[in-house]
Amino acid sequence: MRLELIKRPQQSAFFSAVSPLFALLLTLIAGVIIFTLLGKPPLAALYTYFIEPLSEVWQLHELAIKAGPLIMIAVGLSVAYRSNNWNIGAEGQFIMGGIAGSLIPILVPGFQNFMTLPLMLIFGFAGGALYGAIPALLKTRFNTNEILTSLMLVYVAQLFLDWLARGVFRDPNGNNFPGSIRFPSAARLPEIDPAQGAAHWGFVLSIVAAVIVWAMMQYSLKGFEVKLLGESPRAGRFAGFSSARMVFFAFLLSGGLAGLAGISEVSGAIGQLRENISPGYGFTAIIVAFLGRLNPIGTIAAGLVLALTYLGGEGAQMSLGISDKVARVFQGLILFFVLGCDTLIHYRIRLVFGDPAAKTAAEG
Amino acid sequence: MGIADHNSVTASNTTPLLDVRGITKVFGSLVANDHVNLTIAPGEIHALLGENGAGKSTLVKMLFGVLDPSEGSIIWKGEEVRISSPSEARKLGIGMVFQHFSLFEALTAAENIAATTPISQIADTARRLSVDYGLPLDPDAMVGDLSVGERQRIEIIRCLLQKPDLIILDEPTSVLTPQEANKMFETLERLKAEGKSILYISHRLDEVKRLCDTATVLRHGKVVGHCNPQEETATTLANMMVGTDVQNASRELSQAVEPGEPLIEINSLDRPPATPFSIPLRGINLKVRAGEVVGIAGVAGNGQGEFFEAVSGEALQTQSDSVRLNKVDCGRLGISGRRLVGAAFVPEERLGHGAAPGLSLSDNMLLSRHTTDSKTMLGALGYVVTSAVTAARKRVVKEMDVRKSGEDPEAAALSGGNLQKYLIGRELDRKPKVLIVDQPTWGVDAGAAARIRQAIIELARSGSAVLVISQDLDELFEISDSIAVMHDGRISAPLPIAEATFEKIGLLMGGAEPGHMAYEDVKTAEETEV
Repeated sequence: MRLELIKRPQQSAFFSAVSPLFALLLTLIAGVIIFTLLGKPPLAALYTYFIEPLSEVWQLHELAIKAGPLIMIAVGLSVAYRSNNWNIGAEGQFIMGGIAGSLIPILVPGFQNFMTLPLMLIFGFAGGALYGAIPALLKTRFNTNEILTSLMLVYVAQLFLDWLARGVFRDPNGNNFPGSIRFPSAARLPEIDPAQGAAHWGFVLSIVAAVIVWAMMQYSLKGFEVKLLGESPRAGRFAGFSSARMVFFAFLLSGGLAGLAGISEVSGAIGQLRENISPGYGFTAIIVAFLGRLNPIGTIAAGLVLALTYLGGEGAQMSLGISDKVARVFQGLILFFVLGCDTLIHYRIRLVFGDPAAKTAAEG
Repeated sequence: MGIADHNSVTASNTTPLLDVRGITKVFGSLVANDHVNLTIAPGEIHALLGENGAGKSTLVKMLFGVLDPSEGSIIWKGEEVRISSPSEARKLGIGMVFQHFSLFEALTAAENIAATTPISQIADTARRLSVDYGLPLDPDAMVGDLSVGERQRIEIIRCLLQKPDLIILDEPTSVLTPQEANKMFETLERLKAEGKSILYISHRLDEVKRLCDTATVLRHGKVVGHCNPQEETATTLANMMVGTDVQNASRELSQAVEPGEPLIEINSLDRPPATPFSIPLRGINLKVRAGEVVGIAGVAGNGQGEFFEAVSGEALQTQSDSVRLNKVDCGRLGISGRRLVGAAFVPEERLGHGAAPGLSLSDNMLLSRHTTDSKTMLGALGYVVTSAVTAARKRVVKEMDVRKSGEDPEAAALSGGNLQKYLIGRELDRKPKVLIVDQPTWGVDAGAAARIRQAIIELARSGSAVLVISQDLDELFEISDSIAVMHDGRISAPLPIAEATFEKIGLLMGGAEPGHMAYEDVKTAEETEV
């Protein structure tokens, strides 16, 4: 017996629209099964995961802290993926953006005025964009697979950050703990409402980025170019657009936004350059982009959902003693079900019993 | 009801092989097939005629299990069947040869045939079938190296291996030379003599008259008549299809216009092959003057696609004067730059080259017009002025009589003929000084083709230079002022239409053709001339 995927002649518009919700529902059902198998009360566990983290205002601030970088990165990735450029290395670009932006407060600690923070953000964007330009260059010059190169560069970036934080950038007065000096307040992204919670302006930047990029995709010739080259490269060339330039545009934009998210995290949530600045935001953002239907506005909702899995994971570890790795399981399940639902919208499954080749041979 | 049907039909010689009753297919608000009836007897060649968009493809897709009917029944050998997939259709004994080949270029002929059938002894079986049915074929040849006619033979043999009782052929001769088409007709006659039935879809009414025993004519999804093509003329058949009188494009005006200065000049254009499967261009020289239509004939795969890309600027030249358009050296300009000097292009592939299948007609308007019409269609920061794009779309739809379902559907939702009218209209709407068209009416119905040809001639008469690349000789003789032939990456000197004959052009087309058939044809042609 085997499964065959048969392309549907027409796709249901209704199911295309609700497929993310469907995927989330399936994820919850899978969650119930997993918790039951782990011997935990499933409904209580789900409550801890998905409801409890939303019950108080300071927790909503925590949600925004986690959702900010996810949305910012996913906005860029949604453009890259639309143009058929598969940047899997946002995690590395996030880290390089964090490093590049931190150069200012670490190397010139005396430079403290209203220009400090904007310059850091620009450096962060540039750092991520330049790091994203490497797989773009390799793809256009040597025809390498950008999925592999961008992914491998993540590990390079992680080790580079680790070396910096334990080595040259280590705070001399830090009692030998890894990590740079604490940034002065001029180099910190301020909190939105310090009285209520810890969320910083990075979240607002993400929303602004989402709206701007959405408008670009929706209304501008550039957005048309992205969609056209992603849908049909040959028609794109006929339109006079260059696939090679689009590779660079996609990687510079998605890398730059990942870098901006990186420096926002370092200067907002953390306040110093540490050996580890990301709990896998760059990878989780891939899920955010797909759950948001590769639509920049959609990534806002999707980013909040995925941020919840981080918070829920922490909560469940504390109150139920479940490993916080379960959060990763949930993230994986969401991606699996989103892609699965999309596949079933485009194809139907047919079971074929027996070996059809042998059967035809017998008939022939 | 099912029982009654079953009892009333007894298995005898009079049982039709296929009986389609009241079949209906609805897409959204569009009724693509409206209670269509079709009966095919064993050993009959049955023509399915209709304009593009008349519902032929929809009907055939339902017969081959690609689409599910909304209503109606299919009765196969006296029993009602439900065909839910192509492999089920094959099991029943329905085979299909598609208009767009589904072959793998980098595999051999035998490997391609094996793709839908078991591997064992494919090459031998294929060789035997090819001899039996007069379809010469080398099973070990790489498909990328074969001519279009030879590729089609693979498709047909692949279909015959399934031992079908009914063979569906969708526009089989649209890419063949007259000689190749004749060979294929002989094969079909042989299949018919064996008692196999054939459903033959074509726009070429002469072929239908010559080959088919009965015909079903569709218009707007409805059957408008069943007839015997032998008793009809090409004109009466065309009138049934279109519903109005079809006129051949008129070239009367051509004598009145003196050709002006050259607007397309190709000077010793060379192009090395871009991929292992492409044809190098060698020393091409060509001039097209204002007011003139020059046709380029040739068997598919002789460098037409490569030539089009070089002229359009999708591939750049090393010498800037190799391509001069509208008196500007364009060799180093990309396609947008060439459009800006007043050139317009319509490629052979509608979906995926001239248009993006999944984008709306408006987006596809922007596709080729964003540089030339940037003043009206684009605002600050590259903002797309939707109203200007929509206005252009509406203008073209009206001007070219494009039929579609919905206001602004995806390009892929239009029938081939209607999309082609839209794509030609998109360029004509700019009133270009230079137009280069590859296969303007490939797979397009008679009504749309006449309209497209008329529009091409009118553009030339208004003082533009037009270059038409086509494999349809009738078309080139109808619209061209002179005809050149493309063969193996070279283009012959154009023959003025007054001196050109089918024989002369056919000889040039066959020329040094590496295909094995064509060589013999040239010899016979030479002998008859002598």
